Amino acid sequence: MAYSEKVIDHYQNPKNVGTLDKGKNNVGTGLVGAPECGDVMRLQIEVDEATGIIRDAKFKTFGCGSAIASSSLATEWLKGKSVDEAVKIDNMTIVEELNLPPVKIHCSVLAEDAIKAAINDYRKKNGLEELQFEESPVH
Amino acid sequence: MNMLKLPIYLDHNATTPCDPRVVEAMVPYFTNAFGNAASRNHPFGWQAEEAVDYAREQVAKLIGADPKEIIFTSGATEGDNLAIKGVYEMYASKGNHIITCNIEHKAVLDTCRNLEKEGAEITYLDVKPNGLIDLAALEAAIKPTTILIAIMYANNEIGTVMPMREISAIARKHGVLVFTDGVQAVGKIPVDVNKDGIDLMAFTAHKMYGPKGVGALYVRRKNPRVKVTAQIDGGGHERGMRSGTLNVPGIVGFGKACEICLQEMESDAKRISQLRDKLENALLKVEESYLNGDKESRLPHVTNISFKYVEGEGLMMGFNKNIALSSGSACTSASLEPSYVLKALGLGDDLAHSSLRFGLGRFTTEEQIDYTIEHVTNTVNKLREMSPLWEMFKDGIDLNTIEWAHH
Repeated sequence: MAYSEKVIDHYQNPKNVGTLDKGKNNVGTGLVGAPECGDVMRLQIEVDEATGIIRDAKFKTFGCGSAIASSSLATEWLKGKSVDEAVKIDNMTIVEELNLPPVKIHCSVLAEDAIKAAINDYRKKNGLEELQFEESPVH
Repeated sequence: MNMLKLPIYLDHNATTPCDPRVVEAMVPYFTNAFGNAASRNHPFGWQAEEAVDYAREQVAKLIGADPKEIIFTSGATEGDNLAIKGVYEMYASKGNHIITCNIEHKAVLDTCRNLEKEGAEITYLDVKPNGLIDLAALEAAIKPTTILIAIMYANNEIGTVMPMREISAIARKHGVLVFTDGVQAVGKIPVDVNKDGIDLMAFTAHKMYGPKGVGALYVRRKNPRVKVTAQIDGGGHERGMRSGTLNVPGIVGFGKACEICLQEMESDAKRISQLRDKLENALLKVEESYLNGDKESRLPHVTNISFKYVEGEGLMMGFNKNIALSSGSACTSASLEPSYVLKALGLGDDLAHSSLRFGLGRFTTEEQIDYTIEHVTNTVNKLREMSPLWEMFKDGIDLNTIEWAHH
């Protein structure tokens, strides 16, 4: 199966690989997937507390090229967005942007889940109620 | 000076290139000598028949068989089907029980599953963690209704070579026939149907530098005389066991491929196993890398290694434009299930997802191996830098203590 150019580019030059300080109150961490499934994503956001804007985002991913690209793209999109905007990122926009084939849609779902998990971790740390999400159908 | 040509092919368990000598032998049989080997009444037919007879001798000689014991097929999948289904039908009055193992090729496993629907009883033996069959378990599984033991000669993913002589000795003792899928072994290591006690064996040309679309089923003619019920009906070719016009150019190429293997197997195996060992030793020096399968009883050209904390498909993407090989990861399949062979060895899904299979071949060079060592190692290191699991491992976190969100 051939990968799209965008997937290859993110794979070869991943954006925002790294680790943010989990101990900080304004950092939210989402860890989703499982080693047995062949995909684990960890996505982190650092929120500017004054403005509610995500000023930094980092990821580390264990998975195929599409999983790496999905998380790399997600971090790019997160930076500069408000937390409320970020929560609206939909996996299908990742699918479209990266031209993911049907067998790789789960990679985009995982990225969406990682964003939501990171946001909820941030909310929890800051005394906000965790958002409830519907179970994604494609798992 | 040797210039390294890319991409490098290290997937010889999937298929092999045709040896140019094989192609050369085949060419006349497409054009001038195009006859139907079953045309008994003119020179075109005679010429084709003669070529097939010669190839049949070449094929038989490689495995120590009599030419009359070779049934040409379209390949090993057909051979597997013909042997197992053919024995099941032919020996129905004797029993309905077949013993196989859980790391067989799908052509064997799915054939067995199909027969279960028709009333067959199949025992799927587990293998030991090194991928070899447990002989005591095999013997214990035999019952009065057992008609066939179907165990592969060598495994396609990990390259382990089964103890065929011990298996057949047990089978003989209990009067059970032995079928082996010899696809990966024939032409790579010495296989002798008499010394090894094999009653039926499927193998194929394209895994031994011959063309695709042609294979053979060895069917023993004496001690005991084995028969299989035909699965393809028609003109009664191949002693009635496999109808269909013979693929003369393919069979000629298969014969030539067998002849070359017989002559060059020993020197090829020696050279290729040295390259394999060089590759393997270098890659096993990478931290947290593990060899899958048995280190002793195995094919000379295969190694299967898991690189913990990186995913196989993601790993291959780092070099698959330049190095062709296979992974036990199945990130592309809808089920996301990793290799059933590696799982059968007791590997966790994480290690199974992290595996690469290297299959070297007759035309593999040392430059190619050096290039592969460098690029695979670099990619493993690069991907670990972006693996959360690697970071956790380095931080001393036991991954088993984490509650993963299984999906």
